[in-house]
Amino acid sequence: MSLLNDLTGASPGLSPRGVLLRLGAIGALVAGTAGAFAYAGGWHSVGDLTQAQIVDRFEQVNGPHPGFRRNHAKGLCLVGHFESSGGGARVSKASLFATGQVTPVTGRIALAGGQPYAADAATTVRSLALRFHLPYGEEWRTGNNDIPVFPVRTPEAFYAQLLAAKPDPATGKPDPEALKAFFAAHPESAKAAALIKARTITSGFANDTFRSLNAFGFVAADGMQTPVRWAFVPEQAATAESSAQAVRADKNFLFEDFAAAVRQGPVRWHLVVTLGAPGDASADATLAWPAERTSIDLGSVVVSTTEAEASGNCRDVNFDPLVLPAGIEGSDDPLLSARSAAYSQSFTRRAGEPKAPSAVHDMPTQGAGL
Amino acid sequence: MRDIARFNLPARLLHWTIAAMVLAMLFIGVAMVTSVAHYHTLVALHRPLGIGILVLAVLRLINRWRHQPPELPSDLPSWQRQAAHTSHILLYGLMLALPLVGWAMLSAAGYPIGLAGSVVLPPILPRDPGVYAWLRPLHTVLAYTLFGIILAHLGAALMHGLIRRDGVLSSMALRLTASKTP
Repeated sequence: MSLLNDLTGASPGLSPRGVLLRLGAIGALVAGTAGAFAYAGGWHSVGDLTQAQIVDRFEQVNGPHPGFRRNHAKGLCLVGHFESSGGGARVSKASLFATGQVTPVTGRIALAGGQPYAADAATTVRSLALRFHLPYGEEWRTGNNDIPVFPVRTPEAFYAQLLAAKPDPATGKPDPEALKAFFAAHPESAKAAALIKARTITSGFANDTFRSLNAFGFVAADGMQTPVRWAFVPEQAATAESSAQAVRADKNFLFEDFAAAVRQGPVRWHLVVTLGAPGDASADATLAWPAERTSIDLGSVVVSTTEAEASGNCRDVNFDPLVLPAGIEGSDDPLLSARSAAYSQSFTRRAGEPKAPSAVHDMPTQGAGL
Repeated sequence: MRDIARFNLPARLLHWTIAAMVLAMLFIGVAMVTSVAHYHTLVALHRPLGIGILVLAVLRLINRWRHQPPELPSDLPSWQRQAAHTSHILLYGLMLALPLVGWAMLSAAGYPIGLAGSVVLPPILPRDPGVYAWLRPLHTVLAYTLFGIILAHLGAALMHGLIRRDGVLSSMALRLTASKTP
């Protein structure tokens, strides 16, 4: 009997050589399992974009703003409800679309970008994030922007664009050479940027149209699937930004105007869903769908109250666009999973950070009017 | 071969089902936290699989209380006996703790915990991002710990099966036929 046999407690029939071989095989299997785990964890693919890298880049471009969202950092919470017209019941079995159904809604209006204290500017992209509270714990969360198309098609292009559009500290503007190189490499983004630049800029949040940009799928009670994009279309007539507005010194004028509008009476948007036809791009948010596509008015979002961001309200919500009720599903748009991943990463980071008050704060919320 | 009793059939079925699920779960988990393209698909698998493991682990503990597992071989050195005992407490503890911490962490983050279709689990903690920020890394640490213990468990099981050849590995073998009586 060898020392090895004694140490391992090998059964009597095994030679020292047999023990050694078997030990080697066991070691190889255990090491192989550990190696496969490391592989799955992405330690093999240093070049692949990760969710941490996307959020790191926001922090790199915007500087550290602990406690705030890494994008759409400046915002204001809202409370209201959704009144279903019943028009969507045919295409989606989601309970909030049943005729006459009223669903509580909370949400957030915000300005794109990772600067929580930036002054409001009319040209900054605005967003409307909503959270529909359905029965039995179901939710629909959706983030929408006031641009006609999204500027990039893929997460990788988004990552590259963040850096290319980073303002130069000296001039306050992005390096034109970097932008030119980005658009040369991403012609779809150059076209999208032209459409975005040509959009009508309205006087505020309340008369602005907010779009899903990404495609989703509606699932009807009979299982029929329909590709969709949606928009929140204001009931207030869209008026263009006035020249008086453009020179206002107030740093929060967009948010304060919205809060004032809500104090005077509920602000409403219609949820209008556009049904995609075969051939419409569902995986390319830089492309608009043809204008003649069928649209359905599913009902109204009615905002009755605004609240400054605070503990427990919209500040602490991740408006993950893939938190969906039965009856709405994602699509093959690669931006959707990437948004879900990056939002989650941003949410996890800010959850543990100390909080500073929002720039938009201490506004009266309801009642008396002006 | 030295004969020892086998685990009862429910214990063996549960062991191998849970083994496959836990390994799949650990691989999905470690992949989803870096992935961009497959993040949503993996998360959507991770939640119901975790709850499934929780349910099966509870069934397994109940079965274990009602049916004594076979004794370890009498000639096993005492440190190995102790290591086996401790690692099994950790394995059971982590099988229960990981899904519960995951459920609690998503509750604290305020996420609806959808399993399939319109089935959403109720929260088990009030919404509190500070608590989420504490539970989220705990979930990761526990998962890596579980993976490490599973590697040790795998190595030890193969030592029993290939080198000691003492019947410990075959006591958990999935063969449905009755074990040979001596």
